[in-house]
Amino acid sequence: MGRTLAEKVWDDHVVRRAEGEPDLLFIDLHLLHEVTSPQAFDGLRLAGRPVRRTDLTIATEDHNTPTLDIDKPIADPVSRVQLETLRANCAEFGVRLHSLGDVEQGVVHVVGPQLGLTQPGTTVVCGDSHTSTHGAFGALAFGIGTSQVEHVLATQTLPLAPFKTMAITVEGELPDGVTAKDLILAVIARIGTGGGQGYVLEYRGSAIRGLSMEARMTVCNMSIEAGARAGMIAPDETTFAYLEGRDHAPSGDDWDAAVAYWKTLATDGDAVFDAEVFIDASELSPFVTWGTNPGQGAPLSSDVPDPAAFEDPQERIAAENALRYMGLTAGTPLREVRVDAVFVGSCTNGRIEDLRAAAAIVEGRKVADGVRMLVVPGSVRVALQAIEEGLDQVFTAAGAEWRHAGCSMCLGMNPDQLAPGERCASTSNRNFEGRQGKGGRTHLVSPQVAAATAVLGRLASPADLSDDHASSQHSTVEV
Amino acid sequence: MEKFTTHTGRAVPLRRSNVDTDQIIPAHWLKKVTRSGFEDGLFEAWRKDDAFVLNQPQYAGASVLVTGPEFGTGSSREHAVWALQNYGFQAVISSRFADIFRGNSLKNGLLTVILPQETVERLWALVEADPSAEITVDLEAREVRAEGVNAPFELDENVRWRLLNGLDDISITLRQEDEIAAYEATRPSFKPRTTPVG
Ligand code: SF4
Repeated sequence: MGRTLAEKVWDDHVVRRAEGEPDLLFIDLHLLHEVTSPQAFDGLRLAGRPVRRTDLTIATEDHNTPTLDIDKPIADPVSRVQLETLRANCAEFGVRLHSLGDVEQGVVHVVGPQLGLTQPGTTVVCGDSHTSTHGAFGALAFGIGTSQVEHVLATQTLPLAPFKTMAITVEGELPDGVTAKDLILAVIARIGTGGGQGYVLEYRGSAIRGLSMEARMTVCNMSIEAGARAGMIAPDETTFAYLEGRDHAPSGDDWDAAVAYWKTLATDGDAVFDAEVFIDASELSPFVTWGTNPGQGAPLSSDVPDPAAFEDPQERIAAENALRYMGLTAGTPLREVRVDAVFVGSCTNGRIEDLRAAAAIVEGRKVADGVRMLVVPGSVRVALQAIEEGLDQVFTAAGAEWRHAGCSMCLGMNPDQLAPGERCASTSNRNFEGRQGKGGRTHLVSPQVAAATAVLGRLASPADLSDDHASSQHSTVEV
Repeated sequence: MEKFTTHTGRAVPLRRSNVDTDQIIPAHWLKKVTRSGFEDGLFEAWRKDDAFVLNQPQYAGASVLVTGPEFGTGSSREHAVWALQNYGFQAVISSRFADIFRGNSLKNGLLTVILPQETVERLWALVEADPSAEITVDLEAREVRAEGVNAPFELDENVRWRLLNGLDDISITLRQEDEIAAYEATRPSFKPRTTPVG
C-alpha cells in the first residue's frame, strides 16, 4: 500500500524501531528561542552533556524582544535576564544565535524558512507549538516541550508516539478577498480545537496547490489550533522556487539530488488517510473569531452566535463564557463590532506578502480615530524588504505604528500589550483570554480584514471600503 | 524524575473545557529561567475572582485536578506542567488532553489520566458534594478509584514503565548512541546545516 507524505518523512528518520517502544526519530533541524530553552540548557549543564549537533541547531530572540528603542538596554529586567541567559547558553554550548540587532533576527518560524534551513522531507522541532509552520515545505515539523528540547540538544533524536493522518482537501478557487487565513480559520471552526488531536494534517487539493509559500505557512502555522501534531503540504515547484538560492538551500549537485528526493515525497495515489475532510474553496468568505479559542469563528458576514444554539453542553458553556469575556451580545452583526487596536504581524501573518496586502488597503487612507494600529514585521529581513518597497511609509502615513521585528502583541510578553477590556483585530493565531494582555479581547483575522478594520474602526473586509480616494493614489508608492 | 506508583488525595473540580496553557500559566510568567516558583502564576487571571474554585477554602491542599475536555490546548510551554506541580497537583483527570501538554506532563511525572466524560461528571459531583472525598490514581493497577467510582484507564505501556521507575528519557536514548551515529553516517549531504559559530 502507498504511503502518505507524513509517513514517508517519518520512515526516513527512524533511528531505531523496537517492539513496545516508541520510534526514535532523527531531528534534522532544531530551532531555539529564549522562552523554552533556559531550563533545557540547565539540564545539560547539570548532567555534563554537550549539544550533540550544533550544526543542526539555531537560536533567535523573539518572544521578549522590544519593538521600539532596540538599541537601548531592555527595560524589563526579567525579559533582559531571559535574553541574556540565551546569549550565555548559546556561547557556552556553541550554538549560532541571531540576537536583537542581527540582520537574521526575527520570529523563529519566519527566520528558519527565509534562511532556507526549512526544507522538504526534513524533521524540524522547536520548543514552540507553531513549529507546524514549517510543514508548508513538506517538512514534518512540530512543537515540543522543554524536556524534549533538552532531549534533542543532547541526542539530536526524539522518541515519538505514532500519529494518525488526516487529509484536508480544499478544491476550487478561493473567491476574491479570501485568504489562507480565512481558509484555516474555517477549517478549525469545522473540525474544532481538538479535531486534529493525534493527527498529522495534510492540506491538499487545487486551492492549496495554488497558494504561495507565505500563504501555505499561514495555513500550516495554525494546524496546532486544531490540536494537530503537525500540518504538511507536499513540496512542488512553488516550494523549490522559493528555496533555490537561499543561504542554506543546497546548491550545485546537491540541489539536483535534493530536488530529486523532494519529488518522491508526495503522498502516493493509493495511500489511505485515517480521516478526510473536504472543503469547497468557493464557499469560503472572510472569517473572524468571536470567542476565546480559535475554533470559535464565523464568517464576517454573520452575527455573534447565540450560545443556546450549541447542542453540545460543553460548547454552550464555552460560548457563554467567551461572550462574557469578549463583551459581546448574541445576534450583533460581526461587522458592527468596534475595535480599539489592530495588530498586523506574528508567525502567522508577519511575512512580506502579509505586509504588502495590508499596506495596499491602508494606502491613501487613514486609520480610524481612536484606533491604534501596530505593524510588526516577522523578521528583520521582512522589515528591510518592506522598507525597500516603501511599505513602512504607507503604514506611517496612514497613522499606523511601524515597529521592529518580533512576536510583539501576538502574546504580549514585551511591552506591546492590550489594556484590560481593549478589543483588537489581530492577524496572529490565538484569541485566548488575556493572550494579548490581561483582559484584552482578540478577534483573529486576515491581514486584509485587519487593515480594513483599522480604517473603519469596526470589523470589516476590504470590500466594505468605498472606493473613495484610495484607489486614485494607488501609484504613489512603488511596490 | 520522581517515581509515580499510586497517589491518593483530595480533588478540585474545574468545570471548564478548552482550558488553554495561557490560562494555566500566563505568558509573563514564562520569563523565569527556572523550573520552580510558578505556583502563584497557576490560573492567575481566574484566581483574581474569589468565587474561582481554587480560591475556595474547602479545596485547599487538594492534589488531583478534575477538569473538562481539551485541557492544555495552545502553547507548548512546559511551564504549564511545572505550575500545576509547583502548586501541588500530582494528577490531572480529563476526558481529553491536548497532545503537547500530555507529553510534557508525562515527561515530568504529572500523571494525566483520560477518563470518559461521564466518569469526570461523577467525580465532579462527588467532590462538589463532599470536598473531603479522596480520589486514588493507581498507576500500577491503571485505575482511578473514589467512592462509587472504579474506572480503568489506558496508558502507553512504555510511558507507564518510565513513570513507575522514574526513568529519564535522555539517559535511555543515550544508551542507543551507536544507532544514532550509524544513522548520522547515512544522511545525505544536501541536508541543511546552520552556520558554525566563530
Ligand atoms: S509570533 Fe506568536 S505564535 Fe508565533 S512564535 Fe511568536 S508568540 Fe508564538
